[in-house]
Amino acid sequence: MTDISNAHGAAPRRTTSSELVAASLKRRRRKQAYLQGVGLGAILIAFLMLFILVASLVSTGWQAFTQTHVTLDVYVDPEEIPAERLPRGGFDDALAASLGRMLPGTDMSDRGTARAVEGILSNGAQFELRDRVVADPSLIGQTITMTVPVSDPFDQLNKGLIERETPEVNRRVKDNEVAWFDTLAANGAISKPFNWGLFTNADSRFPELAGLKGALVGSFWALLTCFLISFPLGIGAAIYLEEFAPKSRLSDFIEVNINNLAAVPSVVFGLLALSVFIGWFGLPRSAPFVGGLTLALMTMPTIIIATRAALKAVPPSIREAALGLGASRQQVVFHHVLPLAMPGILTGTIIGLAQALGETAPLLLIGMNAFITSAASSPFDSSTALPTQIFIWADSPERGFVSRTSAAILVLLGFLVMMNAVAIYLRQKFERKW
Amino acid sequence: MTALPFLLLILAVAAGYAINRGAARAIRDGGSRLHSMTSYHGVFAALLILVPVLTFTLLWLALQGPVIDRITMSGLPDGALDGLDSGGVQLILAEIKSVSRGQIFGTPEDWKIAASERYVLLHTRADWFLVAAVCVLSLALLAVARSRVAADFRARQGVEGIVTGLMIFCSTVAIFTTIGIILSLSYETYRFFELVPVTEFLFGLNWEPQIPLRDDQIAAEGAFGWLPVILGTIVITVVALVVAVPVGLFSAIYLNEFAPKRLRSVVKPVLEILAGVPTVVYGFFAILVVAPAIRSFGQSIGLDVSPNTALAAGGVMGIMLIPFISSFADDALSAVPQAMRDGALGLGSTRGEMMTTVLFPAALPGIVGGVLLAVSRAIGETMIVVMAAGLIAKMTINPLDSVTTVTVQIVTMLIGDTSFDNPKTLAAFALGMMLFLVTLVINIFALRIVRKYREAYD
Repeated sequence: MTDISNAHGAAPRRTTSSELVAASLKRRRRKQAYLQGVGLGAILIAFLMLFILVASLVSTGWQAFTQTHVTLDVYVDPEEIPAERLPRGGFDDALAASLGRMLPGTDMSDRGTARAVEGILSNGAQFELRDRVVADPSLIGQTITMTVPVSDPFDQLNKGLIERETPEVNRRVKDNEVAWFDTLAANGAISKPFNWGLFTNADSRFPELAGLKGALVGSFWALLTCFLISFPLGIGAAIYLEEFAPKSRLSDFIEVNINNLAAVPSVVFGLLALSVFIGWFGLPRSAPFVGGLTLALMTMPTIIIATRAALKAVPPSIREAALGLGASRQQVVFHHVLPLAMPGILTGTIIGLAQALGETAPLLLIGMNAFITSAASSPFDSSTALPTQIFIWADSPERGFVSRTSAAILVLLGFLVMMNAVAIYLRQKFERKW
Repeated sequence: MTALPFLLLILAVAAGYAINRGAARAIRDGGSRLHSMTSYHGVFAALLILVPVLTFTLLWLALQGPVIDRITMSGLPDGALDGLDSGGVQLILAEIKSVSRGQIFGTPEDWKIAASERYVLLHTRADWFLVAAVCVLSLALLAVARSRVAADFRARQGVEGIVTGLMIFCSTVAIFTTIGIILSLSYETYRFFELVPVTEFLFGLNWEPQIPLRDDQIAAEGAFGWLPVILGTIVITVVALVVAVPVGLFSAIYLNEFAPKRLRSVVKPVLEILAGVPTVVYGFFAILVVAPAIRSFGQSIGLDVSPNTALAAGGVMGIMLIPFISSFADDALSAVPQAMRDGALGLGSTRGEMMTTVLFPAALPGIVGGVLLAVSRAIGETMIVVMAAGLIAKMTINPLDSVTTVTVQIVTMLIGDTSFDNPKTLAAFALGMMLFLVTLVINIFALRIVRKYREAYD
């Protein structure tokens, strides 16, 4: 040190070090501001991406939450629908004839025109009429009022997704069909109520009839199975590893195993399920039970890790007090530590289940992407799940499925937000700070 | 019918609890001093019945189906299955089952109807046997438990022993899962390598898993060289990292050192939302928004862009990985001891300089570990690439071209296919094996880096 100060003192005075620092300070500050700017920019990029993601889903998906319906008076023509032939009959012709009467100037005797008029209605309309007539055959010969969905092109026309300015050759709805639709709209027959069918119908080839009921039920069964298996197993494993396991090679090995399982790609679990559960045990394909079993294996590490963290957070004084009063080690854990750790465990479990709800790849491999038009009544029936239903619809070529897919995603995200909100609420309401 | 054994089991468990507890109470009321509390006597009986009977029932239910299928098929008249491959045998079994459910299409042969009747009979017998077995086993165990009730019986120790055993079983499930993954993958992979030589799989430059469906069909023989597939995976992973690493890292740097507390408390949860979005949603986002945008941008500057570019799939995967990398980097930066920050600031560096010259180098091992975990995530990520990447394997590193990945091939080869005897489905397991091994090595390596580094500063 003295050498340096001597050297300084001996040299002719040029600039002091503080002057040097001051001169460079501006440049250094600018560098820091630059770093800050880049960091802020990165965050903005991430936010922008999230915004674009949500905005694109909402802008395409909100339309699917309404569905264009047409209200018409159907004359249940005994010639088309004779009582003795039920449940067969010309229900589609009866509907077309009734609709034709609402469109003055159409020549319903022309088969092409009649078919085009019938095309306004959804394919499901004739089945709705059939079910009503079969339930009450006395309707034959009477006129009943029905409100049924219109087919997908007209639904899109009503929602403005098919532009009227497009030249006719490039448009899926021809000029005369647009005119019919406008006539119906002018008569007040067209309505656009909330699309309950999205939640009460199962899957369908026709976009206007396709709904999420099958997928919701399938996801419910799968999640229930997943919870019933992974929750007790996960808690049991966590308690043992955290509270009882002797520090041994075996318990180290189990820990490494659990950490690695948490990072194994989900598609590998699908392969496991396919070859073991379906191939060896002969469990049914496409069944939510198998899906839940697979998801349970994937969720268990999450639950174990969360439970161990929650058990660790309970202060040792609780354990010592209980032990001091003569409780056995298991009594300490099950009577005192576990109840105190429960909010943390439940939070971790719900977050794990939310992940499982969005998991798609393993469900694809066990065949939960089948086309199934009814909701599963038990966990062993074939079914889809919410994420696989999204995958199926995203793959469908019909235009109407684009907004259905977005709507299904919004429903899925809604469930995820709800589950996470419950988890946060539990954490804030019941978590104790020691 | 399946519910009946479980109902009986619940009844037996409840009865065991009540009987043993009552017996213990009677002893206590008789004036003797019990070793354990009465409820422990009850729980002991309940567990003693529950654990073995439940295990038996579940095993029985798991094995009943396949065994009955096998008995039914082996009881068919001679020659019925001659000249059929496994797919044909499966079809016959499915037909017998649907006949047994009463869904008869056309007129099945007599031996099929006979087989379906035998199938129904076997199932009914199996069901009744299970019910009977549950009853007998429960009663026997109940008698055993009841005989143990005595003043000096150590019921609490008995209960705790059973509970410890159950907990040890729970913790070994993780091991069994790993073993199951390794065994099932290696078994199917072994069968694949019996059909396709290992060297062709590891070093082949062609991936054309289409195999002829009929013998006379003129089609590619099927080529199973995995190099183009793994190359495609690498291309997409690199694209994803190019997006995710800078954005994630700089946002972590900003959040860790410069962000006001209020901003940090808003940004972190929003980034977590990005992490919680299911990947199928990202996949739809890629085909709905990103791929068309890239395509029209490419066309506007005169580039020929394929509809499912590696860029779209990789870019969206990058968005998915942003929160992953930023939270790992944030943790690594926070783990650097306060003394190092104070030292750097005390020597007169700006906060920016402290970050770039002290904190970042000190946190680098942790950050590298996080990036490695992100790499393993990207390699194993499935839905985004299944929806947004291509199906044809090409030897190209052009991100504007369409490439395929390991996971895409696994999913497309297994969707809708049931038989495990052709190279196409088995190839999926071979790819799965490679995927498992690669991600496992990366994970172990990354976790080791992260842990080692954390210990260094604790």
